[in-house]
Amino acid sequence: MAVEVKSLLLEKDTPAHASGYRDHPPRMGFFTDTSVCIGCKACEVACKEWNQVPEDGLSFTGMSYDNTGGLGADTWRHVAFIEQRRRGVHQISDNQAEQDSGSLRWLMASDVCKHCTHAACLDVCPTGALLRTEFGTVIVQEDICNGCGYCIPACPYGVIDQRQNDGRAWKCTLCYDRISVGVEPACAKACPTDSIQFGELSELHRRADQRLGQLHRAGVSDARLYGRDERDGVGGDGAFFLLLDEPEIYGLPPDPVVTTRDLPEMWLRVGVAALGIASFIATSFIGRRHD
Amino acid sequence: MAECHPVGFQWVMEAKARGATVIHVDPRYTRTSAVADLHVPLRAGTDIAFLGGIINYVIEHERYFRDYVIAYTNGPTLISEEFKDTEDLDGVFSGLDAEQRKYDFHSWEYQTGTVQAASGHREMEAEKAARHQERHRAEAAKSKTAHGESHGSGGAAVPGNADRDESMQDPRCVFQVLKRHFSRYTPEVVEQICGVPKELFLTVCETLSDNSGRDRTSAFCYAVGWTQHSVGVQYIRTAAILQLLLGNIGRPGGGILALRGHASIQGSTDIPTLFNLLPGYLPMPHAGVDVDLDTYVAGEETEKGFWGEMRSYMVSLLKAWWGDTATPENDFCYDYLPRISGSHSTYETVMAQLDGTCKGYFVVGENPAVGSANAKMQRLAMAKLDWLVVRDFSLIESATWWKDGPEIETGELETKDIATEVFFFPAAAHTEKNGSFTNTQRMLQWHHAAIEPPQHARSDLWFYYHLGRLIKAKLAGSSEAMDRPVQDLTWHYPTEGSIAEPSAEAVLAEINGYDADGTPLSSYEQLREDGSTACGCWIYTGCYRDGVNQAARRKPWREQSWVAPEWGWAWPANRRIIYNRASADPDGKPWSERKAYIWWDDDQARWIGHDVPDFDVHKSPWYRPPVGATAAEALSGVDPFVMQADGKAWLFAPTGLQDGPLPAHYEPQDSPFANLLYGQQRNPVRVVFSNRHNRLHPSPSEQGSSVFPYVLTTYRLTEHHTAGGMSRWQPYLAELQPEMFCEVHPELAKERELEHLGWATIVTARGVIEARVLVTERMAPITVQGRRIHQIGLPYHWGPNGYSRGDAANELAAIVLDPNVHIQEVKAFTGDIRPGRRPRGPASVALVEEYQRRAGITRSTGTEVRGGR
Repeated sequence: MAVEVKSLLLEKDTPAHASGYRDHPPRMGFFTDTSVCIGCKACEVACKEWNQVPEDGLSFTGMSYDNTGGLGADTWRHVAFIEQRRRGVHQISDNQAEQDSGSLRWLMASDVCKHCTHAACLDVCPTGALLRTEFGTVIVQEDICNGCGYCIPACPYGVIDQRQNDGRAWKCTLCYDRISVGVEPACAKACPTDSIQFGELSELHRRADQRLGQLHRAGVSDARLYGRDERDGVGGDGAFFLLLDEPEIYGLPPDPVVTTRDLPEMWLRVGVAALGIASFIATSFIGRRHD
Repeated sequence: MAECHPVGFQWVMEAKARGATVIHVDPRYTRTSAVADLHVPLRAGTDIAFLGGIINYVIEHERYFRDYVIAYTNGPTLISEEFKDTEDLDGVFSGLDAEQRKYDFHSWEYQTGTVQAASGHREMEAEKAARHQERHRAEAAKSKTAHGESHGSGGAAVPGNADRDESMQDPRCVFQVLKRHFSRYTPEVVEQICGVPKELFLTVCETLSDNSGRDRTSAFCYAVGWTQHSVGVQYIRTAAILQLLLGNIGRPGGGILALRGHASIQGSTDIPTLFNLLPGYLPMPHAGVDVDLDTYVAGEETEKGFWGEMRSYMVSLLKAWWGDTATPENDFCYDYLPRISGSHSTYETVMAQLDGTCKGYFVVGENPAVGSANAKMQRLAMAKLDWLVVRDFSLIESATWWKDGPEIETGELETKDIATEVFFFPAAAHTEKNGSFTNTQRMLQWHHAAIEPPQHARSDLWFYYHLGRLIKAKLAGSSEAMDRPVQDLTWHYPTEGSIAEPSAEAVLAEINGYDADGTPLSSYEQLREDGSTACGCWIYTGCYRDGVNQAARRKPWREQSWVAPEWGWAWPANRRIIYNRASADPDGKPWSERKAYIWWDDDQARWIGHDVPDFDVHKSPWYRPPVGATAAEALSGVDPFVMQADGKAWLFAPTGLQDGPLPAHYEPQDSPFANLLYGQQRNPVRVVFSNRHNRLHPSPSEQGSSVFPYVLTTYRLTEHHTAGGMSRWQPYLAELQPEMFCEVHPELAKERELEHLGWATIVTARGVIEARVLVTERMAPITVQGRRIHQIGLPYHWGPNGYSRGDAANELAAIVLDPNVHIQEVKAFTGDIRPGRRPRGPASVALVEEYQRRAGITRSTGTEVRGGR
């Protein structure tokens, strides 16, 4: 059993195929190019409007223009604002004003559920409420979720969350209802600068690689893709990003690992240990009998 | 632009992706700066110095597009010997009447004589009547009267043959005057006024120059904050001069694009909600002057250019409004039109409310109690009204000030003493009604109602149609002559649906115009002065061509040319770039293959190209008008600016502007710095009001000026809409920017012991507010003239009502206006900041008074005409 789970996780085919879909559509996802994000938050609003996600309170956080704080049960798209002072950049003048502004950078990035290839939330869900769709995305079925909350600590990104006064787990569905009828997700539709792009994951990979090359050639050497690598700890993300700095700067884990990765091995060890204990007990008794 | 116009900004990002360089000039580091190639912070209120510096650079280094300037601008035109520049008069132009606080424009004219403005001021001046008479007596050409926003579709008139020096060497030619005028705007001066380091400034100059000329063009985009200065119109004029010198007007990729503050503000200028205009920039008649149609037309039409057909436009408008009642015998009911007797701008209306002459007020889709300068005066004025009608989505502050406004808290007003009867009507959203938006490109785009408005909410169209219907019914039996204009008004719009919504398309059809048989017109050239055509707005003729709603066209760009003429409809005549004759050289050939747009085809003997030519298509580049030609015929084949009387773009405006034929840098009304360029501190003819609630700050040389040591600037955030009526009640928007805050630099926070996330109190001589503190390096201090000056950022969305609340930044701003268009100065003024929350009740009034005392402010402080440094 444990061995079988492991091989399933390593299945080279698409997650949808691995989940038993045959004749499924291509894997769909998001490519969020943060280098063209203007921080308008249209994605946050469009997501809430379409998915009827509740407003979650007025709190002035002081974290630049980010008063949302992070992804949660009531926030499925979140735009981070990072004000940076970068020494030694653009110092073309002795004038203080120029130094003040020239080295300033304001990063904006719209975060979302990663729709992991190896999704721990899905692995740990005891009710089957969490589901891999035919598009390879991960959704919560709200009529099945019983609010056990196992999925919440399982997510390596801290995305999925329990709603207060409801108890159930909620997160981005990649607008399953929209993409099922051939319409792009609300956030991608609303994004004015195409920072959020929706499409076939393979095509998005191609575009992202191209964009990264373009930025590198333009001297933006810190630009990098995040969640693009299929060999990473979650097998690559269905929603991946182009970042302009270290992932930690954006509040993203640098090296996410599917929290259920070690489960088979752990179970194997548990089994071995159990066998050991059993044999020890058995031999103890045998020994005793010999006494 | 990314902050206030994120949807439009997608095209900037698209241009950037295709290699464009994006330069952002703004005191603040905003969302636009974050994605720009270059951010240039400058001291708020110094843009004329900055742009003037670029003009000086362009002339000095011969980077201007010489062939374009000679052929298409008034650069070679000789101006009057009488003209004296700011160079000669230490910061003012000839003709200043300090007593009357205004200029006499006679000395600004061309050497050949009289010029008629078409773009500029059209307010009634005392001598206008005299000029009318004089003109009629002489049966001569046009008066020197300055005009208003009128002729926003075009320019002004001068009689044909102005003297020109094609070499542009004559010291009296516009180009040489311009060169002398801006010669003192050196990079060093720019650095000392704007705080922009010389190297950075020169980078901007070089980048812009390199990207302009035959092969390349650059565009200026501004949000309307650029206009909100006591020299607001001159800001835009400076940009226009620069763009003309660089050859960036009338060509693809060029232009100056005003990103308006609301959807369809362009539309509300074309079919105006302005006091001094009728639809299509026809001027509103003046009482006692424009006594009949002949006088009115004689006073306003031009000899040359398309304004020469003004009578046809006016008669067709009168026919649209009064139908069969309008006949040649009764002057087409010209007498039914209301008259203006002076400036009735929004702020003058406030003053008229305060003195009791204005008794009723419609506030529609606007929230003056929060969104207009000196919010307190807005409320105090409304408290003097007999009645007030407010139409909005929610109970905005302008509808509830009488029971819970700030003056109720301070005790300055008591509800029981307020006699104003307030009517609130819930309004429909744009998604709940049909109609058009006109954008900055003059393009009409139709929107269809997705759903009927809820409950009692109704569209403005519904409201005014039914209001008019009811008033007409009430007056039906009247025999009073004053009721005739309403009785005779054509008011027959079909209604639709259960709520009897008038057909917006029927209104569009009336705007488009029709002939005597009721057939829709297709071009304003079909309009006639004999009353055989009716047209609600001549520049919009063609928007309902062939009975088809052209504004509703949505052919994807992939299926048509890159100019996309079948997406919506642009006035005039579906032209996407106006004055596009300038995209070709004088011989009619494109300036370059790369920038080819419209050109003369010899074989076909006509203008062809990617867009509708903004020129008589059969008029060859070599056409020269015969002596005595008038109107459009008087324009030559090398006169691209067809609405201008001389067919040329004006580097120097011989008439039309209240505050000078050229822009000059003046400090804002409230400024911590003396004007480094001239002995003249402020715009001498700015509009100031002396009122105890509108006190002005001392000049920088005066003792009290240090009481208000910081520069304040107000602005919008992406998350909210203007005064908040459309956003503060929306939970999904409110949570994104939940309350009023101010933005300060860490150094200022330290200096004034302001804590991040704590509270700050901000004070001016007008008012006091509190705001949460956001400490950020994005509000960079500026070092000029050896002083490091901090600028405080104040979003102006909030007021005490709604879900997301806070004090209104406009409590702090004074009513000080640009003299041309009466826009308020709210982007640059001064104030003080201190930690903690503001006092409550009467103590807040006492605090403001204490500041006034400490600064030694009197009723005359800051109101001088001359000097003031």
